[in-house]
Amino acid sequence: MTAANGADGGRPLLRLTDVVKHFPVRQSLVGRGGASVRAVDGVSLSVSEGETLGIVGETGCGKSTLARCASRLYPLTSGRIEFDGQDITGLSRRQLRAVRRNVQMMFQDPFSSLNPRRRVGSIIADPLVIHATVPRAKLRARVQELMELVGLNPEHYNRFPADFSGGQRQRIGIARALGLQPKLLICDEPVSALDVSIQAQIINLLADLQDELRLTYVFIAHDLSVVEHVSDRVAVMYLGKIVEVAEAERLYAAPRHPYTAALLSAAWIADPDQAAAREQIVLRGEVPSPVDPPSGCRFHTRCPWAQERCAAEEPPLLPAPDAASHLTACHFPLAAGQKAPARSVP
Amino acid sequence: MTAGRARPAAAAEVTLAVRDMHVSFPTPDGVVRAVRGASFQVEPASTLAIVGESGSGKSVCAQTLLGLHAAADVTGEAIFGGRDLLAMSEDALRKVRGAQISMIFQDPLTSLHPLHRVGWQIAEAIGAHQPISRRDARARAIELLDMVGIPRPASRVDDYPHQFSGGMRQRAMIAMALALRPSLIIADEPTTALDATVQAQILQLLQEIQREHGTALLMITHDLAVVAGLADTVLVMYAGRPVEIGDRRTVYRTPHHPYTRGLLGSVPGAGGPIKKRLVPIPGQPPSLIQLPAGCPFHPRCPFAFDRCKTEEPSLRPVSGAGGHVSACWLPAEPARPAPPAQPPDAQGRQP
Repeated sequence: MTAANGADGGRPLLRLTDVVKHFPVRQSLVGRGGASVRAVDGVSLSVSEGETLGIVGETGCGKSTLARCASRLYPLTSGRIEFDGQDITGLSRRQLRAVRRNVQMMFQDPFSSLNPRRRVGSIIADPLVIHATVPRAKLRARVQELMELVGLNPEHYNRFPADFSGGQRQRIGIARALGLQPKLLICDEPVSALDVSIQAQIINLLADLQDELRLTYVFIAHDLSVVEHVSDRVAVMYLGKIVEVAEAERLYAAPRHPYTAALLSAAWIADPDQAAAREQIVLRGEVPSPVDPPSGCRFHTRCPWAQERCAAEEPPLLPAPDAASHLTACHFPLAAGQKAPARSVP
Repeated sequence: MTAGRARPAAAAEVTLAVRDMHVSFPTPDGVVRAVRGASFQVEPASTLAIVGESGSGKSVCAQTLLGLHAAADVTGEAIFGGRDLLAMSEDALRKVRGAQISMIFQDPLTSLHPLHRVGWQIAEAIGAHQPISRRDARARAIELLDMVGIPRPASRVDDYPHQFSGGMRQRAMIAMALALRPSLIIADEPTTALDATVQAQILQLLQEIQREHGTALLMITHDLAVVAGLADTVLVMYAGRPVEIGDRRTVYRTPHHPYTRGLLGSVPGAGGPIKKRLVPIPGQPPSLIQLPAGCPFHPRCPFAFDRCKTEEPSLRPVSGAGGHVSACWLPAEPARPAPPAQPPDAQGRQP
């Protein structure tokens, strides 16, 4: 399988090769054993230094699982993960420590990801203490420096998470993640729990920090406008597979995979004229179960363009004729502006 | 202050007219003034979207209309079908609720009873308002599930809510809301919990229903993209008060209130090219127990001047577009050139 490489030829910082993660399903008493949720099912992807890779997809497509695999929070079922040229797939917990300094995660829910009984100063200091990167005597100064960096009042290091609003808590999460000066920050829905005005504050903060600290981001979200705004490249997932990867501008302007096209056409745009002008591809039915995904192309059961071959043969990720960095897993990729065949909406 | 669509509407055309609604909740920390003087109206076959962030009072507005806040202090009036909803007894309100006004909530999993079959719940909603045999109610439930696009409704009618996906549960909620052909549907963040493709299906369904039955829709949402696609009239709420009302295109193209401008600047793609740096609103929304003096937005407002700190502005006409009002001391901008001719909103929209 072709690895989806960074577009601008930057040094690959993170490289996933055929990553698979299956979760066993606990069956009911009468059910047969051995079934598994195929959450991530053969993903190859690479992230270049300094870029932001967006990952989009709907609930259950495996984007969060992929993020947790990439940061080795989950052990892989199979596949290989390299970080900064080093194979980290089989590292032990102890060996992983050094990697964890460089790969940090930021989570969606700022209410459940911070311990409510601990003061924010000590929450932010945790990674510094665990990795012993800062002498005890300088700990408070470093924590306050981090709080200032993310736009929190450094005087508030003694407060509890409950004293902060959602946006401020997300800033605490960022400060904690940045303490070890990581190279890669994996953000899993970092702004979706926030009000729009606060969302914009956090998005701008992440952009500033990237410039200042030369960070690389993997940015996972279901909000397509936010992902387009922040990402250099975007990968689209469906049922545990990557169906398309391209530079953000290209992907949004001329999607080649029918699922990407449908997803983009379904996204509501905060502009009345664009909202009126768009043509929506409404998909039939529901996403199939990842326990028993469809044969061939996993999208064929809902694809308005599906043909016989799609049910039989799984399409590989192949580059577009005019752009090597635009990869699509489809037997019949769309030409620019191709319309969906007429089909009644269920 | 009345606010409707661009053209003034005759009183008879209005489905719901709310005037000067105030809602406050006594709490141990003080009185939470959730809604402080909201006036608006909803017309048949049109959609009013109330937009705001957490704590703006938008959901309280909707819930108060249906009498869902027993402990609240409520003043003002809400005229629906010639009667004041806010002055009705609980019994009278119960007859209106579900039959003439129905509500769709954000989370369909918690609004459906987990231990009853979906079809039974729909049938029960019908049976509560009109005498109907069990067989007829069941047949009607199947018909409704079919109408909202549930595949194989005759067998799915006997499923429990957990056997439905999120999108299907929301469809079932809509089926229940439609069961008695209400003239007003109040939808509180109806698609916030759903994925983009499912959201598109559900909103399209709501639009179709509205077109077919002439239902008035009061939509509560924080999602400016949904509003851009769906609303006829937009009402922006901040700290319990409407701060700007106007038809959708006017509000998006020529927002007057700095808060509305701030909201639009915070959303990628709303205020220009998608890659343009966002312009967030600084600070946090105020506490509803201790509101700032003057305009509640002044501590976050880049344009605030002395008067804003002492005197709270009320809604007044701005920009010359019909029905466009804003509660701000900034001068009303001179009337802008009329936008290119648009088809009438309700019919001219893309399905």
